[in-house]
Formats: sequence, structure tokens, C-alpha cells
Amino acid sequence: MNKANENLREEIIRMSGVNPKKCMRCGKCSATCPAFDEMEYHPHQFVNMVESGDIEPLLNSDSLYKCLSCFACIERCPRSVEPAKLVEAVRLSVIRRQGENHLTANDIPALIDDEMPQQAIVSAFRKYTK
Amino acid sequence: MQRIGVFVCWCGSNIAGTVDVQAVSEALKSEPGVVFSANYQYMCSQAGQNMIIEAVKKHKLTGIVVCSCSPRMHEATFRKTAAAAGLNPYMVEIANIREQCSWVHKDMATGTEKAIILGKAAIAKVNLNTPLTPGESPVTKRALVIGGGIAGIQTALDIADAGFEVDIVEKKPTIGGKMAQLDKTFPTLDCAACILTPKMVDVAQNDKIRIFSYSEVTEVKGFVGNFDVKIKKKARFVNESLCTGCGACTEKCPMKKVPNEFNLGMDNRRAIYIPFAQAVPKVATIDPDYCNMLKNGKCGVCAKVCTAGAIDYTQKDEFIEEKYGAIVVATGFNPISMDKFDEFAYNQSKDVITSLEFERLTNAAGPTAGKLLRPSDGKHPHTIVFVQCVGSRCDSCAEKGKEYCSKICCMYTAKHAMLTRDKYPDTDVYVFYIDVRTPGKSFDEFYRRAVEEYGVHYIKGMVGKVSPEGDKLKVQASDLLNNKQLHIDADLVVLAAAIEPDKSARPLATMLTASMDTNDFFTEAHPKLRPVESPTAGVFLSGTCQGPKDIPETVSQASAAAAKVIGLLAKDKLTGNPCIASSDELMCNGCSSCERVCAYGAITYVDKEFRMPDRTTAIRRVAQVNPAVCQGCGACTVACPSGAMDLRGFASNQIIAEVDAICK
Ligand SMILES: Cc1cc2nc3c(=O)[nH]c(=O)nc-3n(C[C@H](O)[C@H](O)[C@H](O)COP(=O)(O)OP(=O)(O)OC[C@H]3O[C@@H](n4cnc5c(N)ncnc54)[C@H](O)[C@@H]3O)c2cc1C
Ligand code: SF4
Ligand code: SF4
Ligand code: SF4
Ligand code: SF4
Repeated sequence: MNKANENLREEIIRMSGVNPKKCMRCGKCSATCPAFDEMEYHPHQFVNMVESGDIEPLLNSDSLYKCLSCFACIERCPRSVEPAKLVEAVRLSVIRRQGENHLTANDIPALIDDEMPQQAIVSAFRKYTK
Repeated sequence: MQRIGVFVCWCGSNIAGTVDVQAVSEALKSEPGVVFSANYQYMCSQAGQNMIIEAVKKHKLTGIVVCSCSPRMHEATFRKTAAAAGLNPYMVEIANIREQCSWVHKDMATGTEKAIILGKAAIAKVNLNTPLTPGESPVTKRALVIGGGIAGIQTALDIADAGFEVDIVEKKPTIGGKMAQLDKTFPTLDCAACILTPKMVDVAQNDKIRIFSYSEVTEVKGFVGNFDVKIKKKARFVNESLCTGCGACTEKCPMKKVPNEFNLGMDNRRAIYIPFAQAVPKVATIDPDYCNMLKNGKCGVCAKVCTAGAIDYTQKDEFIEEKYGAIVVATGFNPISMDKFDEFAYNQSKDVITSLEFERLTNAAGPTAGKLLRPSDGKHPHTIVFVQCVGSRCDSCAEKGKEYCSKICCMYTAKHAMLTRDKYPDTDVYVFYIDVRTPGKSFDEFYRRAVEEYGVHYIKGMVGKVSPEGDKLKVQASDLLNNKQLHIDADLVVLAAAIEPDKSARPLATMLTASMDTNDFFTEAHPKLRPVESPTAGVFLSGTCQGPKDIPETVSQASAAAAKVIGLLAKDKLTGNPCIASSDELMCNGCSSCERVCAYGAITYVDKEFRMPDRTTAIRRVAQVNPAVCQGCGACTVACPSGAMDLRGFASNQIIAEVDAICK
């Protein structure tokens, strides 16, 4: 693993508080994930790729924005790995780069849909902004 | 003053290579109490031992110090030598100048200096040694086996075979345990009943074995060789000695809707029942929760149809007190509850079942007479999904499941999948696995046959969700090797539930003062070298109560436990270890600190009358150590705040004298 990757890996692990080494590669997270077909990289791959420092492809993948933050993977993981927190941390490490907000507060009223639960709006806002 | 002889061993060059043995024996000559000091090539040899015996006689020695190897190696040898010379064996001390000295030092000067210091410490201790005599206790030549599964059955048969009496206490109405519920057994696929029921009959017919079925142990007192046990025989409302097991009552009883626990609630039994055809003892039992006569005083049908006159609605629980020399725990396991695993819809659909339920569904004596039919609609399932590791291998902080691998489910799932494909080639069978663990004789070959010959689809990945929809079960799972999420419309889902120790094991362990691990499996005295003994003397472990096991392993352990019991019961008397704790009653203030730290339950309290300085008497609570139970660990001597507890042979003043000798 080169130095840059290693730093990024440490940063993501620190931000998320996740220990990817606890993963036993069962795939239950990806089995339960409702956004599986939308995601290029699946929750178990996030865990595996962060652990091996192969983070570059994740940074550039729109999987970061396809995750619904439903936390099903967190709920179901038998090893308490919490994959969604890793997805979130990788996402944060991208959008924390200046000027890369994908959503501002002003855009929200236009997007609101009566069917959408409050929680999803909060989650989306957290996801697409710093 | 003692007259001490010092004997320095060379151990060939093992000691002499790094320790100047001549200098050591010279230096120790002038220590207080020493009247003789010598060195020799091999002290443990016959010649070396004779040298000790002669010196004891010639110099009228009262104590001996041998500077040699670890006491673990030869303390027993030199104690025997002392006894042969007419000395009390506990007047011998060993200074370990090999493992602690010559083997860890390279330099002769350092090695020699340390050897002298260790020798001085041993001499200081012998100066304070007193002769000790081990106590003896008789052995009751009868064993108790708690739990009548295959483990308890095998242990009891082996003990009886050696000529000793054995009682089995089984809480259910019949012995047999989980094996009686299984259909065929891996890896050879013999039918469980065909190999188990002959053993159950052997137990019933063996005149050395008594079975207390529908019974529980309620109290255990005493210690190795001398346990006093109270057994509660629950009222079954049927006179065991009159009932012939004809089953007429079980056919006529009008209470027909009682969930049948033997078939895991998949069909019903009557209020009066015999669990299964080959039950031992084959005696009916009335379930008081459902019997109309016992609940409302109305009915009495079974008493009318019973030609043997065995029904007794007035029967009461009975208590039996018996003495035993050894106790074997064989309380087995149970699959964990699936209540917390909502994702698998176990409580939503009858067609999501556990593997043990699957055994009953394929068993010729089961609710479907051996036909694999869906519990919901009785139809033949075409697509079956097996899920491994349900609740096993979970993180310790996960709120459901167990941390360990349940060990048996990979193999029985392969068995279920293979047998299904064999009997019903038109079914599609999927097995979702995280790993397939098959480390046993002929085990991996068995699993490979399921894949290669029987065409079972093994998919690396886990099932994430099962949702009942119409008459299908929508299974959403991951296929990790293809990086896909699969959606399967299944007719039946089988969960390989983790196993856990029986819930009654924890209170039983408390009664026995036997230790358990955090998962409530009984702990062995040593994980490698004493796997069938509990750390509590006289208590032995058999089968899955000690950890997950399949039948071959259970039976091996059961026979091993029997061998240990036989070894104990073959003795007429047990010689204790005299190096045990004792309390000075005048100093003891009855605070219970020692009782709390004693891992073996050796300490009890008695009220004693003491004469006070002013000539009045007072009653005080003081600690007493049971010499047969105390293992001499010394924990109590450290815990005692008043200095009343001391360990014979390792008394506080002896240890301090050793430390002083080293630090001088
Ligand atoms: C679905 C399934 C399939 C299996 N298939 C196979 C197979 O094909 N091949 C194989 O080798 N192994 C198989 N096994 C494993 C096998 O069942 C066990 O190895 C075996 O039953 C263990 O026997 P045991 O006597 O230790 O425990 P158990 O069978 O659980 O017996 C314990 C007995 O103790 C009694 N008891 C418990 N507590 C008390 C108490 N406090 N007082 C009195 N009595 C008490 C219980 O009622 C029970 O009768 C399978 C297991 C399962 C779950
Ligand atoms: S569910 Fe947990 S243990 Fe299983 S693959 Fe996903 S992160 Fe790893
Ligand atoms: S939180 Fe994201 S990754 Fe996890 S299951 Fe939900 S959508 Fe999938
Ligand atoms: S008395 Fe009770 S057990 Fe007997 S037949 Fe009536 S209900 Fe059944
Ligand atoms: S034996 Fe196999 S199925 Fe059972 S817990 Fe272990 S790995 Fe999982």
C-alpha cells in the first residue's frame, strides 16, 4: 500500500470509527442492501476495499450517492462492522474537498415529495453537503 | 533446630555446565541448620537416592534440600526417598537450579551465584517445615450422570461395564436427547434411531444402571468421593412400576391439541403421552398443564382405559437422597431461539424452519411420516434454501447470536441438502455459506459429494432477507463470488441455528461449584491435557455441555469421562493433599472474604463458643476449611484481612523466610 492510500485509509477509518478487520466476508450486508443494483461497489466491497487501501475507485464512484443511508447493512451485519458508516466516511472525504457540494439548502424545497419520509430528507441533505 | 542435609545435583552437564556445583555445596554448608552438604552427578538415580538415605541415617538429618530440577519433575521422587529413610516426606524442599538457573543463564559466575541464593531460600524454608500427614477419605462407589442424551448414555454404559453402579438423572420423560430426534447421521448416514435405541435398551436392561427420568438434581453437597445429592422426581401421575407402556391412554385422552415438543410443535399429542415409540423408560406421563382431570377434576378417561391401573392423579413430587463418589455432567445443548432474527421471517412463516425441525420433517416417525412436505400447506417443496451460520460467529457486541462457531451445522446442512436431492431429484437445493468447515474424518469428502454428485448449489454469501409473499418465500441473498445479489423464490427455508448449552446448566454449575465460560459451556480443568474433568474434583464433563460437538466427538468424550470416573471409583480411599489451608479460629472474624475467593467451595462457617478473657463465653462465626475439597491454591490466605488463614507447607512465615534469604 503506498503512503497516500495508507493516509486516506487511516483517515476514513478514524472518521467512521469502523474496524474493517472485523469483517468475516459473509456478504450479509450486500444481501440485505436495497440499493444493491444501483451501486457499482456494494457494501461488502466498501469494507474490503477500504481495508486493502484500494480507495481510489470508491472516491470516483457514484455508489457513494446511491447508498440510501437506510442502515440495513449496519442492522444486519453479524460482526458489528457497520458498512454504511464506511460509505459515509468515504463520501465525506470526497465532499469535504472545497466546492464539491452536491446539494444546497436552497435546492431542497423543489425536491420535496409528499411520500418521502423526513428521515430520508435529512439523510440526503447530510449526504450531499459538507 | 533442624539438622539439614543439602544435596546438589549436576544433572549430567545440564546443571554442572553452567553452575559450579562444588562451589554451591561448599557455600551452603555454613547456612543455619545445615549439617551435611554434598553434590552428585544424578541425584535422582538409585545411587543418588541411596546417598540421601545413608546421609539421613548417619547425620540424623531432620530436613532435606535437593538443589536440582523443577519440583514438578522430581519432588515426588525425593519425597519417597525421604520416606524410605524414615523422614516425613514433607521435610523435603527442592531448589530449582536447572530450569530457573542453569538453563536460563549462560555465564558460570551468575549461574552459580543464583544457585546459591536459591539453595539458601530452600534451607530457610526447611528450617520452618513441620511434618505433614495427608488426610484420607472413603469413596462411595456409585456415579451420578446428569443428562441422558447420547453423552450421558455412553458414559453410564461404560461405567456400568466396569462394574460400578450408575444413576442417570434426565429431566425429560425419556432418555435419548437430541440424537433421538435426528433422522440420518453424517458422515455415514446411518439412521439415528437404529444406532441409538439399542443403547437406550442396554441402559434400561443393565442392572447396574438406574434411570431417574422426569427428574432433576436440586441439591449437591459434599466433595469428591462423597457427594450427597438430592433428586426431585417430578410427579408424572402414572405409577412407573405398573405402567406397561401399552399406549391405550394416549389414544383415548380427549385433550388432543397439545403441541408435541418431540416434533418441535409441528404436530400435536395428548395430555397423557409417551414421547416416542422407543422411549426409555416406556412409561406414560400426564402433562398437568393440559390434563382436564388435574386442572378441573373432570375426565378420568385414562384411568378407566388403563388395564394396569397405573394412573394416579394424586401422585406428588418425590425427593430422593443418594450418595455418589463422582458426578458427570452431560446436560447437552439446544438450538438458540430464532425470535430475534426477524430478517429470516421465522415467526412470520411456517415454511421457515430450523434444521432440527427439518430432521423431524424427514424422519419416518415424524409429523409427516418422513415425507418432506411444507408445514403450511402440506405441499411438496421444489426450491429449498438452506442458510448456514444463523446466529453463530457473531460479534461479541452484536445483540443477537453467539460468538463461537457451532461446529456441527456445516455438516448437517450438507447432509440435509444431499438427502433431499437423493430422495427428491426434482428439487433445487441452495446452501448459503460463509465458510464450509469440515475438519473431520471423511467430512470434506462428504461435503464434496453433496456438490459434485448430488448437484447441491453451494453459494458463498449470506441471506439478507426472507419475505413471505403469497405461497412463496422471497429470498434475497448475496453471491459473493459473482458479486451479485440473488433473488430466489423458495418454497422452504431452513435455518442452521446456532447451538447453546441447556439453560439449566448455569444453576447446576452453581450447585456443583463447577466453572463455566462466558457462553455457559462447562470449563475443563485443562483445555488440552484434562479435557473431560472440571476443575472441581470429582466432577466430570461429557458431551456438548462442554462445547459444540457432533456424535463421534460426543461419544469419545463420554467414554473418556467414564474412564476418569472408573479410575476414581476403583480407589477405596482418596489420599488428600496435606498442603491445604486452615484457619486460626481465635483470629478469624467470620468476615466471609475467604469464602468469596475460594473457587472450589471449600470454606464453610460454623458458630463456635469461645471463652473470653473475662471468663464469659461468646459465640462467634468462624471459617472452616474442608480438607477434602481444598486444593491448596492459597487464594484465601491472601484475602483474609485478619491473617487467620494460612496454608500448610506454604505458610506465610515460610514464604517470608525464603524472601528474606534471597534478599539478604
Ligand atoms: C439439526 C441437527 C442435526 C444433527 N445431525 C448430526 C449428525 O448427522 N451427525 C452427528 O454426528 N451429529 C449430529 N448432530 C449433533 C448431535 O445432535 C449432538 O452431537 C448430540 O446430540 C450431543 O449429545 P449430548 O448428549 O451431548 O446432548 P443432548 O442430546 O442435548 O442430550 C442432553 C440431555 O440432557 C438432558 N438435560 C439437560 N439438562 C438437564 C438437567 N439439568 N438435568 C437433567 N437432564 C438434563 C436433556 O433433556 C437431554 O436429554 C446434529 C445436531 C442438530 C441440531
Ligand atoms: S455483513 Fe458485516 S461481516 Fe458480513 S461481509 Fe458485510 S461487513 Fe463483513
Ligand atoms: S445503508 Fe447504504 S449500503 Fe447499507 S444497506 Fe442501506 S443502502 Fe445499502
Ligand atoms: S384424565 Fe387427563 S390425561 Fe387422562 S384422559 Fe383425561 S385429560 Fe387425558
Ligand atoms: S459449523 Fe459451519 S454453519 Fe455452523 S457456525 Fe460453524 S461455519 Fe457456520
